[in-house]
Amino acid sequence: MSSSSAPGAGDPVPIDDGDRPSRPRPVRFISPAVLNLHRVYEQDQQRIQNKDGVKVPDPTVAQVKGKPRLLIMGQKGSGKSSISSVVFHKLPAAETLFMESTARIQKDSLNSFMEFQVWDFPGQIDIFNNPSYSFDLDAIFGEVGALIWVIDALDDYSESISRLNMTVVHLQRSYPHITIEVLVHKVDSLTEDYRGEIVREVELRTLDELGDLGVENAPISFHLTSIYNHSIFEAFSKVIQKLIPRLGQLEAMLTSLCRTCRFEKAYLFDVNTKIYIASDSTPEDTTSYVICSDYVDVIIDLTEVYGSWPRSQQWRDRLEGEPFNQTLEEQVGCEWAESVMVLADSKRPIMLREVDRFLALVAIMKEGSYDKMAQINMNVDVVVKGLTDFFEITRAGEKSRTGQEMVGQLPQN
Amino acid sequence: MSDFDAGTGATAGGSAALAAAQAQLKKIKKQKVLLMGKSGSGKSSMRSIIFSNYVAKDTRRLGATIDIDLSHVKFLGNLTLNLWDCGGQEAFMENYLSQQRSHVFSNVGVLIYVFDIKSGEWERDLGTYVNIISALVQYSREAQVFILIHKMDLVARNHREADYEAAVAAVRRKTAEACAIVRRLRNDSGAATKLSSSSSQQPPGGSSSGAGDLDLDVDVQFFATSIWDQSLYKAWASIIHDLVPNLPIIETQLASLGQAVDADEILLFERTSFLVVSKWTSQEGDSNPYGDRFERMSNILKAWKHTCSSFTGTPRNAEQFSDFEYRMGTSFSMFVTKFTTNTFILVCLPPGEARFNSAKLNVAAARPWFKYLDGPVVPPGSSQGPGVPAGSGYGGGGGGGAGEMGMGPPEN
Ligand SMILES: Nc1nc2c(ncn2[C@@H]2O[C@H](COP(=O)(O)OP(=O)(O)OP(=O)(O)O)[C@@H](O)[C@H]2O)c(=O)[nH]1
Ligand SMILES: Nc1nc2c(ncn2[C@@H]2O[C@H](COP(=O)(O)OP(=O)(O)OP(=O)(O)O)[C@@H](O)[C@H]2O)c(=O)[nH]1
Ligand SMILES: [Mg+2]
Ligand SMILES: [Mg+2]
Repeated sequence: MSSSSAPGAGDPVPIDDGDRPSRPRPVRFISPAVLNLHRVYEQDQQRIQNKDGVKVPDPTVAQVKGKPRLLIMGQKGSGKSSISSVVFHKLPAAETLFMESTARIQKDSLNSFMEFQVWDFPGQIDIFNNPSYSFDLDAIFGEVGALIWVIDALDDYSESISRLNMTVVHLQRSYPHITIEVLVHKVDSLTEDYRGEIVREVELRTLDELGDLGVENAPISFHLTSIYNHSIFEAFSKVIQKLIPRLGQLEAMLTSLCRTCRFEKAYLFDVNTKIYIASDSTPEDTTSYVICSDYVDVIIDLTEVYGSWPRSQQWRDRLEGEPFNQTLEEQVGCEWAESVMVLADSKRPIMLREVDRFLALVAIMKEGSYDKMAQINMNVDVVVKGLTDFFEITRAGEKSRTGQEMVGQLPQN
Repeated sequence: MSDFDAGTGATAGGSAALAAAQAQLKKIKKQKVLLMGKSGSGKSSMRSIIFSNYVAKDTRRLGATIDIDLSHVKFLGNLTLNLWDCGGQEAFMENYLSQQRSHVFSNVGVLIYVFDIKSGEWERDLGTYVNIISALVQYSREAQVFILIHKMDLVARNHREADYEAAVAAVRRKTAEACAIVRRLRNDSGAATKLSSSSSQQPPGGSSSGAGDLDLDVDVQFFATSIWDQSLYKAWASIIHDLVPNLPIIETQLASLGQAVDADEILLFERTSFLVVSKWTSQEGDSNPYGDRFERMSNILKAWKHTCSSFTGTPRNAEQFSDFEYRMGTSFSMFVTKFTTNTFILVCLPPGEARFNSAKLNVAAARPWFKYLDGPVVPPGSSQGPGVPAGSGYGGGGGGGAGEMGMGPPEN
């Protein structure tokens, strides 16, 4: 349900959270022996198990080279599985209350504008220091990607920070291409002031401890997140953008579109996840992101209800007969989805245009633009063509490129 | 494609009954709606979401309601809901049942009773319910009763159906029990005549305790609801549906409009709540597999309004958007637009640029025909008095009379 709409950034935040239903507590402790059994079982089941029918390749096999990987780690109960279900599988946030503790690494392969993998780790195992099993670290960290470290802001996070730092030390030594993203998570019930305080404290402590361990300038970013609002999608947008080759080029295209069409802000969305993979060069603005992302939601919902079932042949025959005598294909102006919403306050329209199966362009327009839609649509067509070409090249490139080569292209901006 | 004006001209055709209707339709209908259930079951939450544009998470800030929170909700032009949000703490409940008994339970049009599916004390809740139903039956026998089994989101998906069915069965049992109690009371005291005095269908002086037995069964409708999904809109749209005046006219006219613009579906929303007031679906549209789409549309557009209000910084009850267009290639097109002062209209069409543009023009042209949605004016049709079962005098796209649904005497 996209419907439990999340609030805008300016919304007052409820402080009293006493009524959130408490989570049915699964048994969180699993002995190392049982865990080892789980692992063996998992390896057997791996190919059968994936629920979406997407084949999850064995990480040790070379064929996966080149797909960016998001590794989600952190203490148990910090919210890792909730995050990956909400962001990548559209689980309504409230449903995560029934989520069970993760016992083995969950690997997801997502096929979108680019292919990438999401690995959800069990909080209760320490991959660097496990008594019963030694993990093949190359198989985990060998790919280009990001380590996403989830910290429960409502819990005591000292242990989480020291585990994070142990991980950072390892990565800096052997896998320096992995970017590190720290999510200070579950901040929905905290006041704005307190959120700021917590993220500062986490950042200070992490960098301090890392300094003591002799690590300087590790590529770490910090984000405040919650699955109950847009913050988690915004954070993942920033994480993913770092993994997109030639991001600068995309941004340039959107910036020029904004100039020619007098848009206030333009985003390129991955429709399935509501992650924006690029925007124009104007400063980041959460309120704009929120409204555009909710607009994508509206379109997805309407498309499901009215556009996802087949019409009858009679229906088509009738429509293609008198008075039009044209095929439906000839009757429509644009074969892709296009939409405009005019807001009441200042007549500022928002527009959406499908780019391909995975991507949509969403833009906030200037007051009064609604009358110039025809002209605007022509400009949009041109940019959409450019975007399509861009991704065709990128997808073709992915096939021949190895992970290491992609890293070389990353920090373009 | 026919022009709407021409297509429905007949509807407006003068009718002899028109003059007679005038008096009836000048009245604004008032409905007393009781919202009851134990404290914390979610009454004020749902009211705020439906009528005040709260989103689900805003309700966490609501405090317990002290005594009765009375609000007058103007719904369309000629229906006012007097919403009695009755604080559910035990002391208040006892007070409603004793000191305030006749004040609270007289002239009730609708009782909405909310059960918290996760309440730890079902037996006790059911006990209170029996007392409330007894009082209602005693003072307002004609009232409609809606039972909302609420907070379903707190039940794990695979248990929802079973838990809901169990709750419904228990409430049904208790409803019968309550009726039996009143019946016994009546038989004991022989006060039947007094108790049923508010009923308009009772033949004058004809009520005996024996006859009373038969119509003492309360007809209750059940809904599984949660503020976290569209189920709440389904329940409230049903509650509202029977109260809307001139419904048959609205339906007839929507059908004419739908046919005139070649639509597959038309939904008419009340502008603040975005509850579906009326709808029309073409034959092709009927094969839409999404049976829950009406409440989904309410929920989607309501959530969207909220997003807009955070974006623009305008009050949440303000109008947030005026026009929406969506063309999905060769699959379908749709638009949502401000229709009359009190309504928005959603029109879903087959694809095609020309079809879309002409539908927009025709819908705009049809606005005057729906003026009566905005106030107590005479609609193009006639009216029957309350109490007379509506349903025979109107039909087809043609002239014909239509009736205000008889919902019992207006409150004042
Ligand atoms: N308030 C709040 N609760 C959250 C948020 N994200 C997750 N949770 C809750 O945190 C609890 C634990 O979530 P999980 O996703 O199972 O945690 P995990 O990190 O996967 O735990 P392990 O699998 O044991 O490592 C669940 O009850 C979630 O509902 C959030 O943003 N805000
Ligand atoms: N999980 C869940 N919580 C709900 C739902 N509906 C309401 N709540 C919560 O229940 C709490 C109490 O809601 P209220 O609406 O104040 O309860 P009330 O029935 O008005 O209570 P009184 O005024 O004391 O009679 C709030 O924190 C709501 O957020 C629901 O469908 N699901
Ligand atoms: Mg987990
Ligand atoms: Mg209340």
